[in-house]
Amino acid sequence: MSKDKITFTIDGCEVTAQPGQTVMQAADAANIRIPQLCYLEGLTPHGSCRVCIVKANGRLDTSCTLPAVEGMVVENNTEEINEYRRDLVDMLFVEGNHICPSCEKSGDCELQGVAYELGITAPKYPYQFPRRETDASHPDIFLDLNRCILCARCVQTSRDLDGKTVFEFVGRGPDKKLAIRPGARLADTELDITDQVVGSCPVGTILKKRVGFAVPVGERTYDKEPHPEQPVSE
Amino acid sequence: MDKPKLATCSLAGCFGCHMSILDIDERILDLVDLVDFDKSPINDKKAFTDRCLVGLLEGGCSTEENVHVLESFRNSCDILISVGACAITGGIPAMRNNIPLTECLSEAYLDGPTVYNPGRVLPSDPEIPLCLNNVYPCHEVVKIDYFLPGCPPSADTIWEGLVALLSGKPLDLPYQLVKYD
Ligand code: SF4
Ligand code: SF4
Repeated sequence: MSKDKITFTIDGCEVTAQPGQTVMQAADAANIRIPQLCYLEGLTPHGSCRVCIVKANGRLDTSCTLPAVEGMVVENNTEEINEYRRDLVDMLFVEGNHICPSCEKSGDCELQGVAYELGITAPKYPYQFPRRETDASHPDIFLDLNRCILCARCVQTSRDLDGKTVFEFVGRGPDKKLAIRPGARLADTELDITDQVVGSCPVGTILKKRVGFAVPVGERTYDKEPHPEQPVSE
Repeated sequence: MDKPKLATCSLAGCFGCHMSILDIDERILDLVDLVDFDKSPINDKKAFTDRCLVGLLEGGCSTEENVHVLESFRNSCDILISVGACAITGGIPAMRNNIPLTECLSEAYLDGPTVYNPGRVLPSDPEIPLCLNNVYPCHEVVKIDYFLPGCPPSADTIWEGLVALLSGKPLDLPYQLVKYD
């Protein structure tokens, strides 16, 4: 039996989804905001940041990977779930070295954006201050792994959209990190300034050279309102 | 009735947050109606003379002296507010945290490109506070009650925060006033 549409609820509101849509896709189409970070339209949902978790029929799951199912009861904007989201975002901050005042991405950074949206003023976990690499060898692009949140957008974009495989993950657990070809510097890879991967990074890890700080404070993406990329009717 | 007391200090910060306190412009006259300043670089008062209601902290802890000052604030103030990126995250000074302290000291005093130090002496005068191994955010050293982020937080952020606190209202800053830079 195949139905041509699925009906379920998010925080009590009835939502309609096409078969095959995820809970996040249906919510986005219905203008219901689910905070999200690693998700990027056009890529395979990776579910790595876990910021988009919801409770579906009482069970926590990432809405970017969760297929919408008829009659499903989804909880989204509740204090309990937002507190989990704050914990997750806190961990992303303390696991890396996020010195926002020194970062060219500041103001346009999606990690900052979601932290502002969730009302985080200070993380509750101790900073790890890991030692991470930077690579300025490429003529047009910086790589600063201090800020990488392992979202996999660049890995997928380079492989699936640019057809190049410039970036890969190596290591596991706390040792997992973004890497390029062993022994190579960024300048030795096929990476080109016109590649889609250059715009895929949500944070200040993959940065174009010579364009930083062009937009004044107060005018940047996340200065005035939360998630301007996804305006939501209240 | 005596006015509540306010104290401020700059630990490992750049005084930018204190500039932002002064940036409340003529509202400083209202502030003087609301509070008396105790220990603070603003009135140059070096030691606490009274118990304070609020302590504003700029900067994280980079030296043992920073820790002593922070502890004296915790002991002398009912409410402590971390003001700005350095107090909350360690900030720019914490960029030394992933480089061992000995490497930082040799770059600064022995081997840096502009260093002239023929005797190869590292500063060791007892008057100079010893560096900690890392720069620590204030809340990793003592309990902090509230946080006002920014680099520096805008004068409006500091003003709204202080007025809410002094008038017993909940601290509920609008979206535009909570920024990390
Ligand atoms: S990547 Fe984002 S959160 Fe990290 S330092 Fe840069 S602006 Fe801040
Ligand atoms: S470099 Fe950027 S896009 Fe790539 S995994 Fe890290 S945060 Fe994601």
